Amino acid sequence: MTRVGVVTFPGACDDRDAAHALRLIGAEPVSLWHEETDLRGCDAVIVPGGFTFGDHLRPGAIAAHSPVMGAVRAHAEAGGPVLGICNGFQVLTEVGLLPGVLRPNAGLRFRCQDAELIVEQPTPWLPGLGAGSRLTIPVKHHDGCWFADPATLAELEQHGQILVRYADNPNGSVADVAGVTNRAGNVAALMPHPEHAVESLIGSTDGRILLHGLLDLARKPVAA
Amino acid sequence: MSAVSPSPHAALGLTDAEFDRICELLGRQPNTFELAVYSLLWSEHCAYKHSRLLLRRFPTSGERVLQGPGENAGVIDVGDGLAVALKVESHNHPSAVEPFQGAATGVGGILRDIFAMGARPVAILDSLRFGELDSGHQRHLFSSVVEGVGHYGNCVGVANLGGEVYFEPGYEANCLVNAMCVGVLPAERLTSARAAGEGNLLVLYGARTGRDGIGGASVLASQGFDEGSAAKRPSVQIGDPFMGKKLIECTLELLERGLLASLQDLGAAGLASSTSEMASSGGVGLDVDLSQVPLREQGMEPFEIMISESQERMAAIVEPDQLDAVLETCSRWQVDATPIGTVTGTGSLRAFHDGELVGDIPVDTLVDGAPRYQVERQRPARLADRPLNAAPARQNAEVVLRLLGSANLGSRRWIYRQYDQLVGSGTAVRPGGDAGVIRLTPSDRAVAISLDGNGRPSARRPATLPAPAQRPQR
Repeated sequence: MTRVGVVTFPGACDDRDAAHALRLIGAEPVSLWHEETDLRGCDAVIVPGGFTFGDHLRPGAIAAHSPVMGAVRAHAEAGGPVLGICNGFQVLTEVGLLPGVLRPNAGLRFRCQDAELIVEQPTPWLPGLGAGSRLTIPVKHHDGCWFADPATLAELEQHGQILVRYADNPNGSVADVAGVTNRAGNVAALMPHPEHAVESLIGSTDGRILLHGLLDLARKPVAA
Repeated sequence: MSAVSPSPHAALGLTDAEFDRICELLGRQPNTFELAVYSLLWSEHCAYKHSRLLLRRFPTSGERVLQGPGENAGVIDVGDGLAVALKVESHNHPSAVEPFQGAATGVGGILRDIFAMGARPVAILDSLRFGELDSGHQRHLFSSVVEGVGHYGNCVGVANLGGEVYFEPGYEANCLVNAMCVGVLPAERLTSARAAGEGNLLVLYGARTGRDGIGGASVLASQGFDEGSAAKRPSVQIGDPFMGKKLIECTLELLERGLLASLQDLGAAGLASSTSEMASSGGVGLDVDLSQVPLREQGMEPFEIMISESQERMAAIVEPDQLDAVLETCSRWQVDATPIGTVTGTGSLRAFHDGELVGDIPVDTLVDGAPRYQVERQRPARLADRPLNAAPARQNAEVVLRLLGSANLGSRRWIYRQYDQLVGSGTAVRPGGDAGVIRLTPSDRAVAISLDGNGRPSARRPATLPAPAQRPQR
């Protein structure tokens, strides 16, 4: 069974949800405490959502300096898959594993709603989906307005690093970007919450596709 | 506040008769510290002295009621070994003064009441009333209260399942902010605030104690402050949802490991009410060393430490051989924890500071000894000669347009989309409908929750139109 580490920082909220979603799709979640320096043999890592360290200083800034993030970086640099969700996206940009920054929403208000996402191009993260495919996955964040300068954006587009865009932008993100990957393609993050879109009782099940993509990558790591 | 009254008890809101009763119960005059504690424990807020006799008339027991009124929250057995803890509480006055923090700390307080019962909070609901939105001040109150509810609930990761809001001129000077929390627990983990076991330790954990929320009792400050500086002391508390979140997770871990003998949150009147309620329900005494309480500011007087309403604090009774494990767990969650007292057989709440006894109060006089008043019924003058259903004569088309334009009938989406409705993976029905529905993991059971108040008919005919929540549920 694929072992997926789920990092818990003080103030993390969706760590239990990520573990729940992983169990549903047949993976084994491994709870990683922020003070750990070893991933205990995990094949993949999720940096989940929440308000780590109360969003003090700025979202993700303090969590980025936690001991566990050193181990996550080493895992990513060795080609291991890492998925950041919401606050996890913020943490991964603070660590420097992903491009851009997350700013407060354009409306300066928290937004919780289903979001329609458009797949940018075929990617191992979204197995079976072609460019232009649509997914419904909820967003819930106060600081989800992704920003990059035009040169960086052009570079990301050129290298296929845009994962998904919003059909109807809820937060003012540059170019409607909802999620990005690193150049190698083994680190991805998005503001929407795939772990909250895994059961029809609760809403959409489109989040399963992305989580399956994570498991696929864990079994066939991208060459570093 | 106006000039300090010549009699301190009157300045603290105690009547002459109540003060005489305190002297009679103690067999002497209370000192300043004791007077501060009595004034708060005997206040309407803590003692419900004018409403308790009426509230006693509600039915409060049943085969599924595991805990009725008297603890931090009510608890219902829902089967499969699971129980649900529920409570709703108002935070009106703080919200009228500072709407964002007032609403946020209202949510923080109700969350603590729920996890004090051993439950994991899984849902928040909010019931709000404001004046009409054509005034800038009312829009400020409304917008800031919604932001405050969201700020705390979102940060601690508890889903908002619904609520209600109405706008009427009658609420202009007195907005209503009610927060409800629902928690789920294994029935056998039901936790009480009852202190027991002579020699057991009282452990205070969570945020440090400051001067916030001392409010009216600051007239007692004896040194270092003139009247002006006393008035500047904050009477509104500031919430720290990050500490609130750590407190939830830390408390649930302490309870799962069976390390706490009893648990109580610190709310109104701070340590004064939590220690006296713990001792009173357990029929024991408590010795508290106020010099051990971790403080946020220097030079606090003993009575200030005793009654401070600083947020995000919990008090637990711990057996001495479990203390190390409790301190270790709190430290892992980066939460301060300090043993500050001991359970005794004296039946008295005794407070010490720097080795000196600063107050010695028989516990039963503080809680059960609080006065109870029978209130006389009087029909409000505003109800005289006003027929029910007095619809003004208007053209139907005009009425329809007015209704369509009314904020009272508008969509509530602007509110609930500022709240995390999904965290916890249990939300089967989101806000916006008749009720929210939340699944009770790990069972296949769910509860439907709604929070509703029918203000206008209740104001007109209070006896014949009980609020829906008070009707027997079948």
